[in-house]
Amino acid sequence: MVGGSPDAPLLVVDDLKKYYPVRGGIWGAKIGDVRAVDGVSFTVARGETLGLVGESGCGKSTLGRTMIRLEDPSDGQVYFEGKDLARATRDELFRLRRDIQIIFQDPYSSLNPRMTVGEIVREPLVVHRTGTRAEQLEKVRSLMETVGLTGEMLDRYPHEFSGGQRQRIGVARALALDPKLVIADEPVSALDVSVQSQVLNLMVRLQQERGLTYVFISHDLSVVEHVSDTVAIMYLGRIVERGPVDRIFGRPAHPYTRALLEAIPAANPLGRRIRVPVEGETPSPVSPPPGCAFHPRCPFAVDECRADVPVLDPVDDDGGHPAHIHLAACIRKHEI
Amino acid sequence: MPLLEIDDLRVGFDTEAGRVHAVDGVSFTIDAGRTLGLVGESGCGKTVTASSILRLVPSPPGRIFGGAIRFAGTDILQMPSQDLSTIRGKEISMIFQDPMTSLNPIFTIQKQLGEVLTLRFGLEGMAARSRSVEMLGTVGIAEPEARLASYPHELSGGMKQRVMIAMALLCEPKLLIADEPTTALDVTIQSQILYLISELQKRTGAAVLFITHDMGVIAEMCDDVAVMYAGRIVELGNVVQIFERSEHPYTKGLLRSLPRRGLSRKSELPTIEGVVPSLLSPPRGCRFADRCWRRQERTPGEQQRCDDEVPALEQKEQGLAACHFPVGAVPLLAEAEVSGGR
Repeated sequence: MVGGSPDAPLLVVDDLKKYYPVRGGIWGAKIGDVRAVDGVSFTVARGETLGLVGESGCGKSTLGRTMIRLEDPSDGQVYFEGKDLARATRDELFRLRRDIQIIFQDPYSSLNPRMTVGEIVREPLVVHRTGTRAEQLEKVRSLMETVGLTGEMLDRYPHEFSGGQRQRIGVARALALDPKLVIADEPVSALDVSVQSQVLNLMVRLQQERGLTYVFISHDLSVVEHVSDTVAIMYLGRIVERGPVDRIFGRPAHPYTRALLEAIPAANPLGRRIRVPVEGETPSPVSPPPGCAFHPRCPFAVDECRADVPVLDPVDDDGGHPAHIHLAACIRKHEI
Repeated sequence: MPLLEIDDLRVGFDTEAGRVHAVDGVSFTIDAGRTLGLVGESGCGKTVTASSILRLVPSPPGRIFGGAIRFAGTDILQMPSQDLSTIRGKEISMIFQDPMTSLNPIFTIQKQLGEVLTLRFGLEGMAARSRSVEMLGTVGIAEPEARLASYPHELSGGMKQRVMIAMALLCEPKLLIADEPTTALDVTIQSQILYLISELQKRTGAAVLFITHDMGVIAEMCDDVAVMYAGRIVELGNVVQIFERSEHPYTKGLLRSLPRRGLSRKSELPTIEGVVPSLLSPPRGCRFADRCWRRQERTPGEQQRCDDEVPALEQKEQGLAACHFPVGAVPLLAEAEVSGGR
């Protein structure tokens, strides 16, 4: 893994695992694991957006947090510009975190209510001792402008702002240290439709201006299709399919991806159709089904699907950048 | 005669800062067998409107100041409370975003479903039990027999939602009010629930009032749509007209701001600038005036009219809209852009 050259991927996640112990019995002994993230691998190219999609409990948020060591991984590697985050020491992590920032879903709880907006946006600069006080204040002012807020708002408190404005403040704070990678965990899910498009436009513009790389975590497929270059679909702790956005949305190979796409109601009353939805619910990650975790709900399942966990294999052999290969974890992907 | 007729409903909340006019003159009707979607962003008054139908608005601080809600011809707002309880959960059922609003945590599923059947149809014992099992199966709950003995906390969110829906449907209501019933659910579970509601509607001929902020769900489920903004209905019409030829700039703006198929990726999405006005002191005239994307095209005199004069919800070229300068009346460049993007 060599970092630095412009073609090298910015982020490579390799067989990452995050297990949580399940305790039981009167002594609270460990009786099993919740495999929240169970061997996830992907690559993100510099300046691109990976959309990470899945339903609640699929492990996408845990993956986001484990990737940047907000949680310690149980196993696996995360290479950021060639350096392994999973094994970095505290000091190394502190330095690496300048380059990696996170934006959270809930603009209401992710901002400290006792700090002014100016203090919130400036905090990362203070923590990382970047520049003089005057330089910091200047930077905060320009960040506020960048995200579409005015300088007069600096002395106000978070509760004085609307949801969309708060999310802009979160974006300004994330940009304070000029990061290379931003993990956005459901950044627009809590926002009203008319405000959602404002924040999406802002994120896209910032990416174009600053060459940012995003990992965009969301359950909203229309939003993911709009902002992503590549997409990874998660089900029960694993990636079941990933590849370029056009392929995932245009020619999905995994039955679960198809079911998801089929289930989104299109905002078009003329395209309305009677659809018999996919049955059942996501199984518990404490006792996942054997073989392919989707088999109990899959209309194409055969006996082999119940036996072995399918590997994430290329759908066809068009090469290219490792971030752009279309892969699916389904043994019947070529037949269905 | 429509099954439900809401006429000039006004609901306010008294707060320390003054009175919030949450619903300000809302009128619509629903016929039996039809589905009306009530759509709008948070705080627009759609939930308050729906809660008023069963007089569930908490009072104080809430108060219904005026209007009528006629259900099968009788004004619910004038009804004595004991008569109301004969309608609630029998002729009108309501399902909520949070299933625990209607499930009791200390009783088993069997007890709760059984109670509904006893109240509504006088069914008891084995008859009630087998009807409950059948309905749990219909709403897609695996092993319905075993589930009867469960308490709500033993079920997943999607299952609780389905139990609540089973409870609402067991009543075979004439009117089903569904307030964001699938917002907290995953898309695959959402599609199961939507399918269920439309199947049962086909079978029983119930009217459905469907409240949501999700335009996709509206397009999928509804015959007619009422778009609410800041406590008022700004547009009302057939679902195809609303999506294809909306007259109100707010409706059009909402639809345009959605990321959708066919838009080029990472392209700039149209937005509605600004924020929803405070309902403590709402604007005098059109409540959307200061955010309206068509404002710049208006002369100062026309802008003044939008600011001062409340637009009535009346018939325009395409449908009912509350706008002095409806979109349909003026062919717009922006309009061509919209249809080109589709």
